[in-house]
Amino acid sequence: SRNVKDDLRWVECVQRIRDAQDRAAFAEIFRHFAPRVKAFLMKSGTDAGMAEECAQDVMATLWHKSHLFDPARASVSTWVFTIARNRRIDMLRKQRRPEPDELTWGPEPEPEAADVMELQQESARLAEALAELPEKQRDLVQKAFFGDLSHSEIAAETGLPLGTIKSRIRLALERLRHAMK
Amino acid sequence: MDQIKHHLNDQLLLSYAAGNLPEAFNLVVATHITMCDECRARLGAFEAVGGVMLQDAVPASANQLPEVDLDATMARIERGSKDEIRVAAKSGELPAALHDYIGGSLADVKWRSVGMGVRQAILPTSKDASVRLLYIPAGTKVPDHGHRGMELTLVLQGAFRDEHDRFGPGDIEIATEEDEHTPIAEMDVDCICLSATDAPLKFNGLLQRIAQPFLRI
Ligand SMILES: [Zn+2]
Ligand SMILES: [Zn+2]
Repeated sequence: SRNVKDDLRWVECVQRIRDAQDRAAFAEIFRHFAPRVKAFLMKSGTDAGMAEECAQDVMATLWHKSHLFDPARASVSTWVFTIARNRRIDMLRKQRRPEPDELTWGPEPEPEAADVMELQQESARLAEALAELPEKQRDLVQKAFFGDLSHSEIAAETGLPLGTIKSRIRLALERLRHAMK
Repeated sequence: MDQIKHHLNDQLLLSYAAGNLPEAFNLVVATHITMCDECRARLGAFEAVGGVMLQDAVPASANQLPEVDLDATMARIERGSKDEIRVAAKSGELPAALHDYIGGSLADVKWRSVGMGVRQAILPTSKDASVRLLYIPAGTKVPDHGHRGMELTLVLQGAFRDEHDRFGPGDIEIATEEDEHTPIAEMDVDCICLSATDAPLKFNGLLQRIAQPFLRI
């Protein structure tokens, strides 16, 4: 259902928005992600009007924060998911969402192409692994992300296939730390 | 911080990634992750699961994706953004999230005594859980207690020990209904912790049980 070529294409779109305020690149990424953000919100119980408002806001945030996206640490889907999640908490639960500090002070060095490629590949592999989970377990994970499961209902042992992507992200973080020294 | 030994568990990281934790717990999790690269990376993996869920999201009522107004979004972009960016705290400074809730540094905290030298400051969050700073003078015991829900404690300064282990700066202790403990601050430095609970604690001493409604612990 998903391939690395798509993921790399979205990365390129975000970089073109960042470097050239490229509206065509934005329209392309919008056509793919905006409906998914809206569907995601509606699936977690938001009415259509609020989901539209929220989806527009998420996509506008993608434009404004394009310089903060690091393709060696996340796929574009993951990044958009985190923006949508935070907006949902802001707008619907009317709560602040305490966030960890960002890792760096100034502009980050452009990540190495090989690191970007590896991270995007791992993300695609994770998607495949999730698709192959036993239905019961996959259902549970979905429920957690669509807000149907509170933290106390989530079992301590999730058994999610996260092994490789965890170490990829850890490597990216280490590299970033070394670059800052 | 290289010596962090006690980390967030998968349950908490998944809930934080999904956005399902009460605000009080979010604050403890965000503060730990600011101090801990290992949990930051694990969070990244759980967020990647969220990314996959977003990719595959199809509305429950229709099997077709809804439309979103591109022109209205472009107009929104033209109006600009109000968002500021949080960057890493300088060493010795508090993580930005915690700084916001205190409205300053640890020196600005308005402590209230809870007896036996222990002081606390309750931070304002939504009511589904509560979070407080605890100041435990070196060598002092926190009254022995059990838990009705979950208690998540992060050490900011100093260290404490309880029946189970030692917890130093950056360490997280997760206590649940099955756990009872009597934390004691180590002798050399006063201990400051950030502690969230989703239900009031159960104190075992009679005096504390009487005082509890007044102290809100
Ligand atoms: Zn950790
Ligand atoms: Zn306790």
